[in-house]
Amino acid sequence: MAAFLVRRILQSIYTLAFLIVATFFLLRLAPGGPFDGEKVWPAEVKANIDAKYGLDRPLPVQFLEWCRDLSKGDLRESFHYIGTPVREIISDALPPSLLLGGWALALSMLFGTILGILSAWKRGTWLDFSSMFIAVSGITLPTFLIATMLVLLFSSYLGWLPPALWEDRKSMVLPVLTLSFRPLAIIARMTRTTLLEVLHADFIRTAHSKGLSETRVLFKHALRNALIPVVTLLGPITASLITGSYVVETIFQIPGLGTHFVTSVIDRDYPLVMGMTLVFGFVLILCNLLVDLAYGLIDPRIRLEREE
Amino acid sequence: MKSRFLKDKRFLVSAFLLGALCLLAVLAPFLAPFPYDEVGAGPNLTAPNRTFLMGTDVLGRDLFSRVLFGARVSLAVGFCTAAFALVMGTLTGAIAGFFGGRTDRLIMAMVDIFYIFPMLLLAILLSLLFGRGFFGIFISIGMTTWVTQARLVRALVLQARELPYVEAGRALGLNPFQIVFRHILPNLMGPMVVSLTFQIPNNILTESFLSFVGLGLQPPYASWGTLANEGFRGMLSYPHLMIFPGLALFLTMIGFHFLGDSLRDILDPKSSIGSHAGT
Repeated sequence: MAAFLVRRILQSIYTLAFLIVATFFLLRLAPGGPFDGEKVWPAEVKANIDAKYGLDRPLPVQFLEWCRDLSKGDLRESFHYIGTPVREIISDALPPSLLLGGWALALSMLFGTILGILSAWKRGTWLDFSSMFIAVSGITLPTFLIATMLVLLFSSYLGWLPPALWEDRKSMVLPVLTLSFRPLAIIARMTRTTLLEVLHADFIRTAHSKGLSETRVLFKHALRNALIPVVTLLGPITASLITGSYVVETIFQIPGLGTHFVTSVIDRDYPLVMGMTLVFGFVLILCNLLVDLAYGLIDPRIRLEREE
Repeated sequence: MKSRFLKDKRFLVSAFLLGALCLLAVLAPFLAPFPYDEVGAGPNLTAPNRTFLMGTDVLGRDLFSRVLFGARVSLAVGFCTAAFALVMGTLTGAIAGFFGGRTDRLIMAMVDIFYIFPMLLLAILLSLLFGRGFFGIFISIGMTTWVTQARLVRALVLQARELPYVEAGRALGLNPFQIVFRHILPNLMGPMVVSLTFQIPNNILTESFLSFVGLGLQPPYASWGTLANEGFRGMLSYPHLMIFPGLALFLTMIGFHFLGDSLRDILDPKSSIGSHAGT
């Protein structure tokens, strides 16, 4: 286990390093600069600006300088929001995004497994069909369409919930629902598939023949084994929450990280892009690492296979 | 085999739906009642009626015609990027799986990096680098999705490598490339086709996402994602602008979803490849 742990952590570190290097150079190779606009600057002014922000040095040198600042915990100042440190922008935008993503993750895990269990347990009944109808529409409906329909129904038509902004609890309901729909569907389908497989396994028949009650077999024997593959989904799901959060935050006008993500790249706000990449990359890689470790802990067979 | 296709209702319905969609896309120039980019074809922002089946947009363009032409863009992007992922992923996956050892470790290290790289960020960066033409979109989606295919093919080749027919091939003195490309890969067509049917809709969704973000194809092209993006600002007053492109996307997705499900049951009963990945 220790060797696996060390190797997996090392792998995460070099992936993050590669991510940062690749982002830095791809971003700089892309045409356009942070101070290009309608107005064309005179050559001297442009040179002065570049010198002020250190953009006149060779790229590798700039990268090393950025790394040096990073090691001191300095993410520099944004080019677009002049004078505002990137660290401040990110720490302001992080809470709404974490709240949104965290609620969506919790909701989708809870209701996803419940729907999955119900439809596998009551296979072929209306419960199964309606759960899978929700699951299939969650997978196939684009996020913006879900958001539109929810807003039309709950805000325009029924008038129960506000259509946008991020102020009180009530305003959080629709964004969280929208964001959780897709992961919920993915989890429900996966739970159903794996639970159905497990329910046909020999040890379940044994449990039944020992005279255990059906609920006991389901919850104590089957579910435990069925949820193992579901754990691996958490990696892709975190990624989809991050991607989805951009659409959801744009539609509901939530001042979170997602809104900065795309605009900072379009504005060529180099320090902000690098800061965002660092945060997103870290979260994503950490989740993948945790999932891998959890998977190895839950199911010893996998650990052995990987150590070979 | 043939009768299994014909017996499966999901297969028939979804194949018919997707066939119809592709036909509409191909025949768009003949079916569209108005040129898709004709400004002022009708009054601005009309609700759906008999002349304008899906209403008109802010510039008075006929939404029905635009959705028809959007099908061409969205489907083309889906098919081309999936083909790219298929070729690239199959090549790398097969080589890694068959040769093993250092080659395998090197290729898989690269694949792992792409796998963990945030798809959104990579796609955005690549679309900045290669521009927002068809080629740029093609590269940025293709590059982010081939790794799924590579992982799948590698795992399948690893299993197949130990089978008797491969050993027989070796004993006959065939070279490794002949074994992989003439013998192993044709045997893996089933799972590969299934994963492809899940890849295409995911790529279409990714393209619509990029377009929604504003990094998609530039006008005059308009994919369903672009149309939805245009509709999004007037979402509350003119929901038809967002709902029709969204519905078109939804129909396509559901078609591919059931096609993939039924193909999996028909071609590859043991596998559990699903549409987990993606946006």
